[in-house]
Amino acid sequence: MTALKVYVPGDTTARAVGADAVAESITAGAAGRGFEIELIRNGSRGAFWLEPMVEIETANGRFAFGPVTPEDVPGLFESGFPGEADHVLAMGPVNGIDWLASQQRLTFARAGWIDPLSLDDYRATGGLKGLEQALRMSPQEIVDEVKESGLRGRGGAAFPTGIKWQTVLDQPAGQKYIVCNADEGDSGTFADRLLIESDPYQLIEGMVIAGLAVGADQGFIYLRSEYPRCRKMLEEVIVLAEQDGLLGDAILGSDRVFRLELRIGAGAYICGEETSLLDSLEGKRGLVRFKPPLPAIEGLMGRPTVVNNVLSLGAVSTILAEGASHYRDFGTGRSRGTLTVQLAGNIRRGGLVEIPFGATLRDLVEGYGGGTASGRPVRAIQVGGPLGAYIPATHWDVVLDYEALGAIGGMLGHGGIVVFDDTVDMAQQARFAMEFCATESCGKCTPCRVGSVRGVELIDRIVAGQERALNLQVLEDLCDTMDKGSLCAMGGLTPMPVRSALRHFRKDFGE
Amino acid sequence: MNSSAVTLQEVVENAVARHQHSLGPLLPVLHAIQETFGFIPRDAVPLVAGALNLSRAEIHGVIGFYHDYRTEPAGEHTLHLCRAEACQATGAAELELHARERLGIDFGETTPDGRFTLEPVYCLGNCACAPAIRINDDTFARVSIEKFDRLIAELESVE
Repeated sequence: MTALKVYVPGDTTARAVGADAVAESITAGAAGRGFEIELIRNGSRGAFWLEPMVEIETANGRFAFGPVTPEDVPGLFESGFPGEADHVLAMGPVNGIDWLASQQRLTFARAGWIDPLSLDDYRATGGLKGLEQALRMSPQEIVDEVKESGLRGRGGAAFPTGIKWQTVLDQPAGQKYIVCNADEGDSGTFADRLLIESDPYQLIEGMVIAGLAVGADQGFIYLRSEYPRCRKMLEEVIVLAEQDGLLGDAILGSDRVFRLELRIGAGAYICGEETSLLDSLEGKRGLVRFKPPLPAIEGLMGRPTVVNNVLSLGAVSTILAEGASHYRDFGTGRSRGTLTVQLAGNIRRGGLVEIPFGATLRDLVEGYGGGTASGRPVRAIQVGGPLGAYIPATHWDVVLDYEALGAIGGMLGHGGIVVFDDTVDMAQQARFAMEFCATESCGKCTPCRVGSVRGVELIDRIVAGQERALNLQVLEDLCDTMDKGSLCAMGGLTPMPVRSALRHFRKDFGE
Repeated sequence: MNSSAVTLQEVVENAVARHQHSLGPLLPVLHAIQETFGFIPRDAVPLVAGALNLSRAEIHGVIGFYHDYRTEPAGEHTLHLCRAEACQATGAAELELHARERLGIDFGETTPDGRFTLEPVYCLGNCACAPAIRINDDTFARVSIEKFDRLIAELESVE
């Protein structure tokens, strides 16, 4: 008899809700009952509200139970586990879980299905098809394919990826670099982390393709130190990829070269800004650089450099494997492909949702999210990370794409959606935006470094009722100065949450 | 983990030897020192400066810029409390108040018995199951005040 396959996710969130203890209980329970099982630590599917979600392989496909606690495990065995046990936690076939089945998974198609360390699993599920295709193409053909797809940078700035690559390709031959920005610092976001923990080879494949496209033979992944599981995962898969020939001197047996090095950040939010990241990689303080020159022309060590987000590089593997038109056919207007949002904060069904562009904020928060975890009414939703706007109920029918959110004074950013119930004090949220900016500012430009400190003081005075009208005017002026005068998005966008709180939740400021 | 047996000189030399041919080796070298000692000892600065041909001021500048680098030893366990928005939405501020009171220390401080160091962190990527804290390299989800006390009690019961 072959061993029955049992899957228990091993990503950060699954572990944080007790997956390791569940895995131990299952191993012990199976041994005690004489079942031969093969326990696989897959990555999570991103349905975090169901974690720890245990799956078994059956003749009819994968079958799920969740959320499972260690105390549930003996009962599961008594109900017939590791078969299709009739148990209160049985979710049925994974493909029948509507929360997942209704999504359009492209970048996260493999997440949860495979063992993230296994290159065999990766290959068996269509992995490396994109790279094999790229190896048959000229650099310009690869760049054209990415341009054709309409892919825009998923880190937050939404710059067309193909145009960035073209700029690097157009620079004279010589040392060029591919840098993956895995400094996912926005609160409410975890998509980069999930991709790395559930399907890391996809990122590596995307980076190698980027290298082929622009003529770069060296890549760096700059990973934030707050993600120790990602670090462990990447350390392991880079070695495995080198052994397999996916990285190194002969990519998949060709004469092409690509080396990849993992670098760990040191706890600075600002290093998610691409030029600050490059200074950090060079071993300096992570100060933001003036642009121009663009990193695509003078980036790492002054050399032409592609700096892309984890999800952008992941999407490239799909685009090359399936073709630009396949990717472009999802989405609306100038927002092509799929939208990866992360439902977070005070939410009943939190997790990662990948769907074509076009859904509204309400669809996400009420439909997928099921409202608040506290059961209280939703009051404000912050979209796009700590520099994104707080969106009031009047705008929840906004379509989640780059342009529509911009039109209501918000931004999509990296797709974080943080839900607050009616106990939130929006003046305190505005104050926090300024406080966070003061803590994380690189200090290079005055509007950000000093403006954020003054902003905290002003909000305190306004809330305390000191010269309210005057101080509100000064705060508006300060937001204007930060917005227009800051060197990068840190100082430039901090006014966005502040202004949205002032505009939509004025009474919290003591009015 | 017998770090007392290795000298600072050896650690710096090993770290430099491992990273000196990499691009921008300073952060990896500082990480290696901190991983061994739990902080960057003052005497490491001139050693690293000499080995990497940088000024001491540059090294101090880098150590001071990044939140992770410590110039004082940390406690046996470092607790990172997430203070960012997704955790705020689920009670992080109350948890923060409670943690300070329970441990009797503020952010950046270590308990007198050397057991716990408390640090703020802005996002652990566990935002769908907030609030989150990190104890050493492990992240914990949906940390209520009761769960926090349980986790601390477990660590305190281990001698």
